[in-house]
Amino acid sequence: MITAVALEDLAVQRGERVLFSKLSARIVAGEAVALTGANGAGKTTLLRVVAGLTAPLTGAVAFESAQGKLSHEDARREACHLVGHQDGLKSARRAGAELAFQVRWTGGDLARAEDAAARLGLTRLLQLPVRVLSAGQRRRLALARLIASPRPLWLLDEPLSPLDADSRALFGEIMGEHLAGGGLILAAVHDPLPLPAREIRVGA
Amino acid sequence: MRLLILLLNRELALAWARGGGPLLAMGFFTAAVVMLPLSLGPEPARLARVAAGAAWVLLALASLLSLDRMFEPDFEDGALDLLILGPLPLEAVAAVKCLAQWLVTGAPLALAAPIGAIALGAKPSSAVLVAATAALGGLAFAFLGGAGAALALASRRGGLLIAVIVLPLLTPPVIFGGAAIDNFQSGLPWLTPYSLLAAYALAATALTPFAIAAACRNAAS
Repeated sequence: MITAVALEDLAVQRGERVLFSKLSARIVAGEAVALTGANGAGKTTLLRVVAGLTAPLTGAVAFESAQGKLSHEDARREACHLVGHQDGLKSARRAGAELAFQVRWTGGDLARAEDAAARLGLTRLLQLPVRVLSAGQRRRLALARLIASPRPLWLLDEPLSPLDADSRALFGEIMGEHLAGGGLILAAVHDPLPLPAREIRVGA
Repeated sequence: MRLLILLLNRELALAWARGGGPLLAMGFFTAAVVMLPLSLGPEPARLARVAAGAAWVLLALASLLSLDRMFEPDFEDGALDLLILGPLPLEAVAAVKCLAQWLVTGAPLALAAPIGAIALGAKPSSAVLVAATAALGGLAFAFLGGAGAALALASRRGGLLIAVIVLPLLTPPVIFGGAAIDNFQSGLPWLTPYSLLAAYALAATALTPFAIAAACRNAAS
């Protein structure tokens, strides 16, 4: 279980351009951090760096757990959830089949997947192909994976943008429960998160 | 192991969902076998001489068809990120994806190959050998094709790049496979080209997952 994530003097590059440099921060268990910044400031790239998908130009991301330092490999395989605009849901497949795969792939089980779908009001949609879901329904399907598979670090790229008001409130509640259970949230947002969060401004 | 099977099932389902899975390669192979006598002329002796070689060229081309759908959709819709964040090493994921590609195109083509070769005039007694070589060759095609598809990720005109990367790599199995069948039909030793084909296919199976994983990581970053 991750207890803290430390960003140490990060500089991040996209293509030939340096997006930001000298970013240091520490996020501890139970804390939500809102990454803000203009379009193209590097919020998404920072999330991908923390997830271990992209290497930073300089600096490092360190994961700490109760047993000491956690390697990047272990953090990526067991501790990180990344939900972004590209959700990896296959449009030709049934929503239920996709949710079941994603949940089991990230270490959850089917019973929890069903509970998560019920919580997010997806139960009646699970028989439909992903193709026919609306943007908000699709995002709820992607978020159901977070609840159903136990990974402490949530990396969210504008998680609320396609959601309606009720779903935003519900997801705020769910994020609160995740933090109360010792989880960590790093979310790139333009609108404020529906719960108290520390703000880190990227690329300013 | 449970996760490998989970991923394999998903890949097979996806392969069926996109482009009808085996049907595309089978349809191409069948159409080409039907058209070859029309273009070469109907003399059985001439057809029989080229039957083995022609069948092998058609197998190689048929297995090229769906390569650009192996990694590109996953890369574009974010599924590749999810696979990287999963519990298995990316090398294992790559091997499973190539195996699924073989099960969906290579294995059905191996069943169709003897029918095609015999229809073109190969001896019926060679049917088992044709199927066995096509199955091995298909394994090489799937894994080497996967390497080409992964290397072409994130590039414009990826389909062209895949063909350019993969076709030279597919040449040795075409040579060995065609030679094994030709030798068998003319009573020459066929085990040598067959062994070379097997060695080539197994080496491709063992080595390409590492190249594919590296290419996928590079494309995702």
